[in-house]
Amino acid sequence: MPNTKTVVPFSATKEQLQELDALIEHHKAQPGAAMPVLQGAQEIFGYLPEEVQIKIAEGLGLSLSEVYGVVSFYTQFSLNPKGKIQISVCMGTACYVKGAGEILEKVEKKIGCKAGEVTPDGKFSVDGTRCIGACGLAPVIIVGGDVYGNLAAEEVDGILDKYMQ
Amino acid sequence: MKTREDLKAIRSNTIDRLNAYKDPAQNNVRVVVGMATCGIAAGAKPVLEACLDKTSELSNVAVCQTGCVGLCQLEPVLEVFMPGGKRFTYVRVDPEKAAQIINEHIINGRALTEYTIGANSAGQESCVSLDDAGFYKKQLRIAMRNCGCIDPENIDEYIAYDGYSALERALTEQSPQEVIDIVLKSGLRGRGGAGFPTGKKWQFAAGAPGDVKYVACNADEGDPGAFMDRSLLEGDPHSIIEAMILAGYAIGGGQGYIYVRAEYPLAIERLKIAIQQAKEYGLLGQNILGTDFSFDLEIRLGAGAFVCGEETALMTSIEGKRGEPRPRPPFPAIKGLFGKPTLLNNVETYANIPWIFQNGWENFAKIGTERAKGTKVFALGGKVTSTGLVEVPMGTTLREVVEDIGCGCPGGKKFKAAQTGGPSGGCIPAEHIDVPIDYESLGAIGSMMGSGGLIVVDEDNCMVDIARYFLDFTVEESCGKCTPCRIGTRRMHQILDKITEGKADIKDLETLDDLCGHINRNSLCGLGQTAPNPVLSTMRYFRDEYISHVKDKKCPAGACKSLLQYVINDKCIGCTACVKVCPTDAISGERKQKHSIDPDKCIKCDACIQKCKFGAIDKK
Repeated sequence: MPNTKTVVPFSATKEQLQELDALIEHHKAQPGAAMPVLQGAQEIFGYLPEEVQIKIAEGLGLSLSEVYGVVSFYTQFSLNPKGKIQISVCMGTACYVKGAGEILEKVEKKIGCKAGEVTPDGKFSVDGTRCIGACGLAPVIIVGGDVYGNLAAEEVDGILDKYMQ
Repeated sequence: MKTREDLKAIRSNTIDRLNAYKDPAQNNVRVVVGMATCGIAAGAKPVLEACLDKTSELSNVAVCQTGCVGLCQLEPVLEVFMPGGKRFTYVRVDPEKAAQIINEHIINGRALTEYTIGANSAGQESCVSLDDAGFYKKQLRIAMRNCGCIDPENIDEYIAYDGYSALERALTEQSPQEVIDIVLKSGLRGRGGAGFPTGKKWQFAAGAPGDVKYVACNADEGDPGAFMDRSLLEGDPHSIIEAMILAGYAIGGGQGYIYVRAEYPLAIERLKIAIQQAKEYGLLGQNILGTDFSFDLEIRLGAGAFVCGEETALMTSIEGKRGEPRPRPPFPAIKGLFGKPTLLNNVETYANIPWIFQNGWENFAKIGTERAKGTKVFALGGKVTSTGLVEVPMGTTLREVVEDIGCGCPGGKKFKAAQTGGPSGGCIPAEHIDVPIDYESLGAIGSMMGSGGLIVVDEDNCMVDIARYFLDFTVEESCGKCTPCRIGTRRMHQILDKITEGKADIKDLETLDDLCGHINRNSLCGLGQTAPNPVLSTMRYFRDEYISHVKDKKCPAGACKSLLQYVINDKCIGCTACVKVCPTDAISGERKQKHSIDPDKCIKCDACIQKCKFGAIDKK
């Protein structure tokens, strides 16, 4: 399991747990079920805490180490909860040559946490992501699902202000 | 379930509907809005809504969504086809402009040329449609033939342009071997990067012993800067589906998997819709078109691992495991997914297949060069004026792509190099700008075709920094299974870090060179074997830049922060504005006299440059 356990304790509603059971049941017989189940589980809980991984391992007849091995391999699977507002700074090549590194720095400074982390109040998280394929609009950031393209580093503060109120 | 007769009727009815505007005797207008990810990100949704809203009372106007025409930097794009067939391409449209276009152009008949593509592209003021634009002139659309023309969520529109006709003919008139022969003779080679002849791959998989075989599609487009597969899936999903069914028929496979990266939600959505529609029409599932051939298709999502674009790793991932590559041989055609013979092709490769069957392999083989047939789609990006998706015949020169189609570097900057093939590829320097783009020519100069990312860099970019960027990527994406890649790339990255920080000596360059050779020869899969390429090719063409970093501790492009010095020049009037903003008190000087910066205290935060109104601070 991860070295640092997340600061926010795991809690799930009855509905969420039922949904997870149904998901496991649905994929159980399918070859290679672990990936679709983990993807579905992350949609239900927003992340994949140890408790959820144990349930999946038991449900699919796998060892916990196999499940954790898969979870930790893929960057999309998160062991920590994400912020209410997720910020993604595209670090694809086109964005990078147009100054994405500087933009990420500005974002980190503005919200007060580093890439891959969540702010202590749980409001924001920021990630430098792989190419999102909007290279024509480079550099690009996504804030809570809204896409901002053709950005200049100076614009970052103004954009984030809108989400801080 | 549709019969061949039904499909024929759908084909002729739909094409009549789509082409209604072409008849000058009737007053029909067709309006299309590009609704791919990039269009939507630029605001195409409200534009489409405005069009639907404003035309709701106009029975002669058909409004529909399409995929991407490739004009990324001019999105949202709205095209109007007037009665008689004249095409107008409006760019950077917003809902207000859309309303104006409908009122002024469609209702009153006065084209708003100031919003068209010509008025928004340098030197092409008179052109109002994409057909005449410089961006399009040298392009030839085969893989992307339907992108931007049809509604990707409407199977009838795909069928209208001869969609699924190749499948009909194959299932009823051709043997599996005849299908393979057509692919072989077309000369099509894999578009994922390596360029293996597609027909041979099909032949191997068909010849492999076994009752259960799989067909897979690699849509894990992880190469940063490449997005043609996304665009194809979003703009023309049925062409990939049709090609996969054909492949299933050819090799004797009954189950297909499309492995799509999860970062492409719209592509996944459109694929799901397309698969559902194909099932409803009886083109997927049991007894396709009433024959005894059955084929089913399933989507599997990636979860953000670049290595899963490697074929054996992709299959391990579909099996639900960590996406680690396996040694080859055995090749996937013999022992692939779940240990069964598997045919795996890339999205763009599949997108070419229906065209080859519709137009004949002879016509496909006429396009391109001796050893590379057909076209290649490139995602043109970085420091280039017209970014976007371009499809050109093989053998087109890099100069034509960058200068004629892409209109060169913006701001009058000098073209320095083009990077192809992403983290596995290399750079093509300005001296080789006339190289014809095909597998062998690019390989000969140390780059590669790759999956199609083409990033232009100009004089402001440091090549060492670019190489470091790609290594940064590889280090993070190395799966860790084999030592040369896991540890070797990390060591390379450390050396590149040292170089860009000015802490390296000349011996480090030798070590770097040495490491490149070892990692290339000894890594398990393509990711590791090609990881040194960005370093090798930049060292080959820009060795002087490496030397300046190492010997003179200077970055000639002024991009490596650690090597920059902030210096105040003679334009300084001593206003003290910079002194006040400097967080480390590194700037000193009397009022009304030239100031100076203490390099030991300076943290290069850029605050002084942003504050100075006189351009008196240089980064050197």
